[in-house]
Amino acid sequence: MSIDTSKGSTPETTEDPALTADELAEMSVEEAMLAGAEADGVYIVHRRERFPIAGTKAERRAERTIAALFVLAFLSAVAFIVVFCGAVPFEWHLPGQGSQEFRYFTPLLGFTLGLSLACIGIGVVLWAKWLMPEEEAVQDRHDDPSPETEQIMTTATLISGYNDLGVARRSILKSTIGLASGALAAVPLVALVGAMIKKPNKGPGQSLFHTLWTSGVAVVYSDGRRVSPDDLLPGGIETVFPGVPGGVKAGDSPTLLIRLRPEQASKVQTRPGQAGFAWGDYVAFSKICTHAGCPASLYEQQTGRLLCPCHQSQFDVLRDAKPIFGPATRSLPKLPLGVEIVDGKQYFVAKGDFPEAIGPAFWERP
Amino acid sequence: MTSTSINESPTVPSPRRFEKPRTPQGKAAKALEERLGLAAGARKQLNKVFPDHWSFMMGEIALYSFIILILTGTFLTFFFDASMTEVRYDGSYIPLQGVEMSRAYASTLHISFDVRGGLILRQIHHWAALLFVAAMTIHMFRIFFTGAFRKPRELNWLIGIGLITLGILEGFAGYSLPDDLLSGTGLRIAEAIMQSIPVIGTWVAFLAFGGKFPGNEIIGRLYIVHVLLVPGILAGLIGAHMALLIKQKHTEFPGPGKTEHTVSGERMYPTYGAKAGGFFFIVFAVCAALGGLAQINPVWLYGPYNPAQVSAGSQPDFYIGFLDGSTRLFPSWEIRLWDHTVPAVFWPTVVLPGILFTLAGAYPFLEAKLTKDRAKHNLLQRPRDVPVRTGLGAMAISFYTVLLLSGGNDLIAKSFDISLNAMTWAGRIGVLVVPPLAYLMAYMVCLGLQRHDREVLEHGIETGIIKRLPNGEFIEIHQPLGPVDDHGHGQLQYAATPVPKKMNKLGNPGGARVRGFLWPVRERAEIEAELAALEQAEAEQHAKHSELTD
Repeated sequence: MSIDTSKGSTPETTEDPALTADELAEMSVEEAMLAGAEADGVYIVHRRERFPIAGTKAERRAERTIAALFVLAFLSAVAFIVVFCGAVPFEWHLPGQGSQEFRYFTPLLGFTLGLSLACIGIGVVLWAKWLMPEEEAVQDRHDDPSPETEQIMTTATLISGYNDLGVARRSILKSTIGLASGALAAVPLVALVGAMIKKPNKGPGQSLFHTLWTSGVAVVYSDGRRVSPDDLLPGGIETVFPGVPGGVKAGDSPTLLIRLRPEQASKVQTRPGQAGFAWGDYVAFSKICTHAGCPASLYEQQTGRLLCPCHQSQFDVLRDAKPIFGPATRSLPKLPLGVEIVDGKQYFVAKGDFPEAIGPAFWERP
Repeated sequence: MTSTSINESPTVPSPRRFEKPRTPQGKAAKALEERLGLAAGARKQLNKVFPDHWSFMMGEIALYSFIILILTGTFLTFFFDASMTEVRYDGSYIPLQGVEMSRAYASTLHISFDVRGGLILRQIHHWAALLFVAAMTIHMFRIFFTGAFRKPRELNWLIGIGLITLGILEGFAGYSLPDDLLSGTGLRIAEAIMQSIPVIGTWVAFLAFGGKFPGNEIIGRLYIVHVLLVPGILAGLIGAHMALLIKQKHTEFPGPGKTEHTVSGERMYPTYGAKAGGFFFIVFAVCAALGGLAQINPVWLYGPYNPAQVSAGSQPDFYIGFLDGSTRLFPSWEIRLWDHTVPAVFWPTVVLPGILFTLAGAYPFLEAKLTKDRAKHNLLQRPRDVPVRTGLGAMAISFYTVLLLSGGNDLIAKSFDISLNAMTWAGRIGVLVVPPLAYLMAYMVCLGLQRHDREVLEHGIETGIIKRLPNGEFIEIHQPLGPVDDHGHGQLQYAATPVPKKMNKLGNPGGARVRGFLWPVRERAEIEAELAALEQAEAEQHAKHSELTD
């Protein structure tokens, strides 16, 4: 009972003369649909009911399976609503303190929503695959360029309009309107960029060449306590900040204070001009990687190497944090350290800012 | 019309006159038609024919995940506060109570712990974002390897490149919003990348961040970029992508009955529409299940952003991974000239992606120029038939893969107890050596597959039946696919379509009727039996009929 019309192969020759409304109205639904498809350049070359004999066991089973999926979708959507509306609490509690049932809340939502959506989706797809007629349609692409006549007429329309505009003759209008629209087009760009632009390195705290460290600034922990030389054991490391307002939060503040092991301290090779920057076996470097600005946080005290976890640049602390592997090209800037005595106890202070810009390099940096 | 209708109703078909519809649907259709005159145009779209091939569903997945992103993202905007103002957290996640953090991070915690269902929506959104970029990438592979980008579809290829670029940017902006330790680290690297641009870099960074890093502008700006600017452009480009697709119609694989001037498959209404609509729900189901069952980006474990802190194993979302990898692999080559610096970061993060995306965009035009192929193509190519292109694609994918793996080289080093420096060197060497090898291998595999196709056409299918000749020689019997010449060689020409390689694929030229991805989908036996009975009955009736008329 399949329709294997010859129309698919030779569509042009069997083009029906336009059907009248009366003729179409007399057709069956199927015939009128086919006529419509043909009018759209669509030829249904193969069309067959999946179950040509209606009401067989197999058909009813397929129908029931799909219906079961929809029922399951209904039930799991209801389950989602029930869980969401309080059947399972969602308030977070520490382990051991209060109900831990909230841990099931999100997974249950995911399970019920996923199941409901999946059942609907699979059900609809199966509906199409099992019950809707099997069909192979062929459609003309009609992707040829427009007929030459159309092209000629359109070209003429364009040229005629262009002539009506008179742009060719009135060159002064052409150049002035170009000028005007060019300037006007720049306005939004200028407005946006002009509103957002900031002159680099201008204003307090805005210089890429300077940080908040200056001579005499206290070295503090992130909670504001001062750092004393007694705080670290040999091989120890701490992240310290300048003890000034905003010092802990600023992006260029983080500084690594490292207490070298005694046998390492004697091997230190300093860069020229940084001889007096250490204090005892303490050294301090900017923590901001000179490659891309991540904190170079991982310190291997045996080898004296610092590793930046973002792109694996490695710095040798014993050679004034010189880059020895990875993409970084510049040493971590070194902070000149000193000590002041307050109430009989020693505390670290900076003896000045880093001698060079910290963090990733930029165009203006020498 | 000689054909019989499918539902032969016993009653005479009742006239369907448009003037007097009886059903509510009919009346509604009439009301619409009187106002908009849609009948002809709408029917054309309802009758639009879509080819049926699993590889065509990748773009659909991308489209559906975009819709899921809009739905879940809208929900999130009701609760997210894109502000960098410092607050003290007092929500219900006890470990962070009393910690100073930005409102952006605090409101992300609020969504995750104090908004009912907020966590699952956040996680569905994140999973859908990964799926969005991944599906676009795979979709691009399909378009590339089958030559679907060729004339007349170059413009849609360019729009696709724009979509994937913007999708990556959109994802980066999105996962930067929570202002947690991981995403803040990403923003710091983004600042270093901006700064690395020669001449204007510092200006660009100060413009974007409103001053020195971190400033207090960037989250608010990224937010509007993420929820309005880029999604708006994405929606517009997706609309254009679809409009071109509708105008130009789908490509399809060559096969029996397939021509350059037709497209074959199922009509949009109802079958294809039902399948595509159902598939949307299936994609949504996967995202919902992942969002509920698989944790993603647990920002409360990372803590608020702090320029002094970073975790080991800090990885971006996968689609940024190749840039992370290129940054890790690029050597410490910095240009310093006349008191100015071009930092090493510039090359792997600005120049490299610039070259990659430009090359991808230019590819259809380069290929047309080099092959001098200016013809329109609606039929696809099998990758094996275009070994050079397939090789180039393999080269690009392997290049990308080495970079992506290098983006996680610290995790690989840790998991497999390999030296981290060895991983970096393996990546540096690999990124230069693997792509040419991939090209060669893909090229050779293509030629091998071609040869095998031609061999089967010439000598037939291996039957597995071994025959011993009188002289003692053993030969395998080959089943020819078609007529053979005097030497037993097949006469069929290769037609750029699948060649049957097994006996049970015989009779399926082009494989058109064999459906299914992993294994062929078979009609169920009962249906087959019924159909056979039906056809037999028909044949008998036909025979009787012709007896009578003859």
